[in-house]
Amino acid sequence: MAMSQDEILQQVQEVMVDALGVDDDEVTAQATLMGDLGAESIDFLDIVFRLEKAFAIKIPREELFPAESLMNNPEFVNNGKLTETGLAELKNAMPHTDLAEFENDPDINKLGDLFTVGTIVNYVQIKLNAA
Amino acid sequence: MRIAQDNTHTQYDKMRWIWIDKFVEFHSGERAVAVKNVTLAEEHLHDHFPGFPVMPETLCIEAMAQTSGILVGEAKNFQEKVVLAKIKKAVFFDYVKPGDTIKLDAKIESIAHEAATTSGKITCSDKLIAEIDLMFSHIDQNLAGKEFPEENFVFTDTFKSLMRGAAFDN
Repeated sequence: MAMSQDEILQQVQEVMVDALGVDDDEVTAQATLMGDLGAESIDFLDIVFRLEKAFAIKIPREELFPAESLMNNPEFVNNGKLTETGLAELKNAMPHTDLAEFENDPDINKLGDLFTVGTIVNYVQIKLNAA
Repeated sequence: MRIAQDNTHTQYDKMRWIWIDKFVEFHSGERAVAVKNVTLAEEHLHDHFPGFPVMPETLCIEAMAQTSGILVGEAKNFQEKVVLAKIKKAVFFDYVKPGDTIKLDAKIESIAHEAATTSGKITCSDKLIAEIDLMFSHIDQNLAGKEFPEENFVFTDTFKSLMRGAAFDN
């Protein structure tokens, strides 16, 4: 049973409302999880658990939010910015994310802004199509 | 196994307090039921509130956190340091008063390498008191690279003694 992008967005919104205690009108596709919706690290795990349940999919750790493992590798991070290799690795790890803007200034402090509600919708769609 | 005698160990031991009385049911990795008897001998009830003693709701959450936390810890043979990470939901429907025996019924909703979520209900004589859903972190698996004392300061022997007498169904 294929779900439309809108249907997925609707369910993702519900997950965010439950996991983060935000209002549903705050959960737009553009909203960033950390900046706009106030998610903290433990919330990311909570979101993964809830998405698995809501969509009956299995989400391998680090697949949806791979940033943490990148940041701890000196080969990928230099001077607070992602290196060429790091950027390539990130692209590889996050095919569900549009990295065009981030590439201009790959400051690791901005990594958090890459995780938007839309990213999750894309990710879930890829997962559902692959199933 | 290392025998830890350092100061950190002592410090963590002192932090430990037990807020439930015993387990009456324990189904490994799935569900556990504990009870707590509430008594007016608990001093905080004298002030909460004067003339109207009721168990503080935060302490109801603590009791559920202990019940659920032990359930989560036992699922991994007490090898993980399980700490409360998030109160996902806490809704209260009634007061708990001195003389009440509350039943804390906890269920594992999901458990993974680095964390677990639980749902729970508190009842008193079959009346629903609260619904409390929690999330626990296995801290050695999180907080990238931060180191914690090697010994398991969460599940000390005192804590595990609570499980004696529970009807085990492993």
